[in-house]
Amino acid sequence: MIKVSHISKIYKTGEVEVAALDDVSFEIKKGEFAAIMGPSGSGKSTLMHILGALDIPTKGEYWLDGKLIDNLDDDELAGIRNKNIGFVFQAYNLLPRTSALKNVTIPMMYGDISKEKRLEKAKKYLQMVGLGDRLEHTPAQLSGGQKQRVAIARALTMNPNIILADEPTGNIATKQAIEVMKIFDDLNKEGHTILVITHENEIAECGKRIIYLRDGKLVEDKINKRRREFAKITL
Amino acid sequence: MDYQELVLESFTTLTLNKVRTGLAMLGVIIGIGSVITLVSLGQASQHSIENQIKSLGSNLLTITPGAQKNGGISGASGGITTLTYNDAEAIKNSPEISTVKSVSAEYSSRTQVVAGRNNTNTQVSGITPEYAAIRNITLSNGSFVSKAHLAGMSKVAILGSQTSEDLFGKDVSPIGKTIRINGISFNVIGLMESKGGSGPMNQDDKVFVPLTTAQKLLFGVNYVNSIYVEAVSENAMSRARDEIGYFLLARHKIKDPAQADFSIMSQEDILGAAAQVTGTFTILLSGIAAISLIVGGIGIMNIMLVTVTERTHEIGLRKALGAKKKIITLQFLFEAIIITFVGGIIGIILGIGTSFILSRSINLPFAFSLPSILLAFGVSAAIGILFGWYPAQKAANLQPIDALRYE
Repeated sequence: MIKVSHISKIYKTGEVEVAALDDVSFEIKKGEFAAIMGPSGSGKSTLMHILGALDIPTKGEYWLDGKLIDNLDDDELAGIRNKNIGFVFQAYNLLPRTSALKNVTIPMMYGDISKEKRLEKAKKYLQMVGLGDRLEHTPAQLSGGQKQRVAIARALTMNPNIILADEPTGNIATKQAIEVMKIFDDLNKEGHTILVITHENEIAECGKRIIYLRDGKLVEDKINKRRREFAKITL
Repeated sequence: MDYQELVLESFTTLTLNKVRTGLAMLGVIIGIGSVITLVSLGQASQHSIENQIKSLGSNLLTITPGAQKNGGISGASGGITTLTYNDAEAIKNSPEISTVKSVSAEYSSRTQVVAGRNNTNTQVSGITPEYAAIRNITLSNGSFVSKAHLAGMSKVAILGSQTSEDLFGKDVSPIGKTIRINGISFNVIGLMESKGGSGPMNQDDKVFVPLTTAQKLLFGVNYVNSIYVEAVSENAMSRARDEIGYFLLARHKIKDPAQADFSIMSQEDILGAAAQVTGTFTILLSGIAAISLIVGGIGIMNIMLVTVTERTHEIGLRKALGAKKKIITLQFLFEAIIITFVGGIIGIILGIGTSFILSRSINLPFAFSLPSILLAFGVSAAIGILFGWYPAQKAANLQPIDALRYE
C-alpha cells in the first residue's frame, strides 16, 4: 500500500542544510492502523506532508498503491490527494461560513462526482460520524470534536486508500478526543488503512503499530502490545 | 466539476463578503456608467448641433466677407467690409448666374432693445424679405419685412419669441406695440415661432428689421455680414458655388482666387466643421471615462490580490483536497468576471438613467447608442479577465503545503 524507501527531505536555509527527514524507510500494508510518534522537530510533519503528496522528498522513493509519487507534477499530485488520500488535520481545516454538508462534498466536487451523489454520500458519512442532525451547521456552530468529525467524514468521501490524520486530537478536549479515536478504530475495523501522526503517547497507543521518529530518523518500529481497548474506555 | 458549478461557487464566495464585493463593483459601476453617460451626451449634443444647422435650410450657401490679403498682411476676418447689399442684388440679377433661386443679405449686431421699463441686450438683424424663406423662418403672428419696408427704410420690427417674452412678458402679443432700438422707435409687426435652443446661439432671441433701416438708421454702415443664397436644387450647389465665386471675383476685380475677399460655405461645410468639434469633444470625454474604467479595473485587481492573500489558507486546503491549478485559476477569474459583469450591468443602467435625466435637464435630445454600450460592456469584461488573471494565477501557483501553514 505505502512504501517509502530511503527518503530524505533537506531544507536549505542560507548556507546551512537541515535534514528534516534522514533516510527513512518503512512499509504500511492495507488495513493497518499505525501511529507515527515523535517529539516536535522529529520530522513527523514533514513525513506526513510527503505521505500526503503535499510535498515531495529530496531523495528516496515513495510508492503509493504501486505508483511512484516522486516524479508527478502539481496537477497529478492534486489528483492523488483527491482520490487516494483522506486528510484529517489538527486545525480541522474546514471552509468557514460553509455548512458541514457542503464542506464534506468538496473533495467529491474536485473528484467529478455528480451533484446528487455528492449530497447523498455526504449525508451518509456525516450520519456515520454522528452528525446527521447538524448538516447545515457552519464550523463556527460546532465544537472542536464535531468539527473533527466533519473533517473525518470529508476524508472518507472519496473512498481513499489511506486516511492520514495529523494530530487529529491536538485541538480538542479529552472526551471528544476519545470519541474521535474511536471513530478511527471503527473505520479500521471496517478495513480502512489509518495512519495517525501524534506526539501524545495515549493517542499513539490507540494504533496497532507505532513508528517512532527522532531528529528525522526512524528509531523504532514496533507492534503495539499495550493497545487500548476502546470498548472499555469510560470517562 | 463543470463551469456552471464553478461560477456558482465563485458567486457564493462573493456573497460571503458583500462589502468588499460591493466596493470592487463600485469602481466598475462608476467607470461604465460614466463612459455611457459621457458618450451619449456627446452624441446628443452632436445630433442637436446637426439638427440646428439643418433647420437653417438646405440648398443654402453662405457668403461671408473674408480677410483680403494685402501684400501678405491679412486683416481680421469678420470685421471686413467687402460685401455689400449691391453684391447680393448683383448675384440675384446677373444673367451669368443660372443656379440661384433667391438671395438675401444680413447685417446684424448686438445692441440694447427697450420696451417701456423692460430692456434686453439682443441681436438686431437687418434683413431682406427673402430671408424668411431662405432661413426657414416662420411667424406665429403678424407679417415679415416686405419690399416696401426695405425701400422705405421703415421702422418695423419682428421679434423672436424669447425677445418678446423678455420685453413684454409671457403670452403677451407684441404686435402693434413699440420698442426702442438705439433710441429710435420701432413698430412691432411680427412674432417668430419658437425654434427652440439655448445659449448664445439661441435662435429665439433676435429682432429682425429691414436691412436698409439697420444699415442707415441704426448702425451707420454700408456693408453686410453675410449674403445667403438658395440654390435651385441640392445638385446645383457646387455649380452655384463656382458661378457665384467667379462672379464676385470679377465684380471685386480680384484675379487670383487665393486672394478672394470673401468665402462661400455650404451647410455641409458648416456641418462638417461642427461635427469635427463635437467629435473631438466626444473622444475627449470618452477618454476621461476610459481612464475611470481602467482605475476601476485596477481596483478589482487590488481587491482580488487582497482576497488571494486573505484566502491563502482556503486555497491551500482546496488544493490539498484535490483542486487542480485550472480549477483554482477559474474560481478566482470567475469572481473577477462576475464583479465586472454585474458591475457592468448596473453601470449601464445607471449610465442610461443619468444621461436620460441630464439630457432632459439641459434640453438635449436623448441619444441611446447601442455600440457604445456593447463596447463599454466588452471593455469591462476584458478588464475582469485582464485584471483578474494575475491574482488568479497567483492563487493557483501557491504550494498547498505553504498555503496550509499560512495563518
